[in-house]
Amino acid sequence: MPVAIKFDDQYIEIARSFVAALEKKDHKEANNLLNELNNSNHSVIFQEIGKLTRELHDTLSSFELDMNIADLAENEIPDAKKRLAYVIEQTDEAANTTLSIVEKFIPICETLDKDSNELAIEWNRFVSKEMNADDFRDLTKRIKKYIDDNKSSYTDIKSGINEIILAQGFQDITGQIIRKVIALVQDVEEKLIRVIKITGAGAVDSRPAEKDELEGPQVPGLKSNDAVNGQDEVDDLLSSLGF
Amino acid sequence: MNTDMKILIVDDFSTMRRIIKNLLRDLGFNNTHEADDGNTALPMLQSGNYDFLVTDWNMPGMTGIDLLREVRKDENLSTLPVLLVTAESKKDQIVMAAEAGVNGYIVKPFNAATLEEKINKIFERIAASK
Repeated sequence: MPVAIKFDDQYIEIARSFVAALEKKDHKEANNLLNELNNSNHSVIFQEIGKLTRELHDTLSSFELDMNIADLAENEIPDAKKRLAYVIEQTDEAANTTLSIVEKFIPICETLDKDSNELAIEWNRFVSKEMNADDFRDLTKRIKKYIDDNKSSYTDIKSGINEIILAQGFQDITGQIIRKVIALVQDVEEKLIRVIKITGAGAVDSRPAEKDELEGPQVPGLKSNDAVNGQDEVDDLLSSLGF
Repeated sequence: MNTDMKILIVDDFSTMRRIIKNLLRDLGFNNTHEADDGNTALPMLQSGNYDFLVTDWNMPGMTGIDLLREVRKDENLSTLPVLLVTAESKKDQIVMAAEAGVNGYIVKPFNAATLEEKINKIFERIAASK
């Protein structure tokens, strides 16, 4: 609020006397003159200066508190980007490890299935007494081989299962990293709010900007209003469009 | 449905390509090929005699929706069946995909049964329209 103050000779005179009293170290006189000024119409200027001083003091101390904003921008945000890139790397590695093992299991299962079916046919021939001695000797050899193969398949499958289990360790690692990044984002958010309060940017538009960018996976608890809720709603929407 | 048909799987994440490839193999489709975005996929489609395209939406380079639009614009590819498999689930986007001429839309995460159902539906509809 602009304060219009008319300095007339009388007040200039009081001010001069005040300075003179201070120079003479006559504190009593100085106080009297100050009171005189205070009681005058000009007391409003002191109130304004007092208010401004208080605001400046508060602003400076808040900025001191937030000096680590620079550190956030210089170090912590680039660190967070690296951490998130590492999350991608970890999840990629775990998924590929798991898929590679599963792909190794598929031919093992197919062989197991094929051998069992073939042996079942031979076994039924034996049970129905349709098998001669030579065929029977051949069958016993195949059964022995089947048992040995299964043992080796079992060893492969068991070690593969253990590898798959170990590969799930990515969840622990990435979970911890993401938690740290969430804490950092919260920190940044709080500091930005404080800066906005200090600079008095009350008129900041809090609405999110209109954006064309893709939203990506829906995160539980952060559901977007205009997103569908699963495959059934996709199907309903498409069928309403004539699909 | 012809299980020998040539399928192109497009996704920027190799894990998702592998998951789709494995699910398709389980459904009897072994003739699958991969690309990591629209820019890589389009020349493959133009020269490769593909029968079916399964694509993600959000990819660097050319996105799935732009790939779909390019496919529909290309006179040799305009009738290629296209299935979008994506995490994008905003209604506007589904409508946009429908308008661009998608044949099926699956939201991630999805399962093998959904994939089978959508593929069957796409090819049943194509067979019925012939």
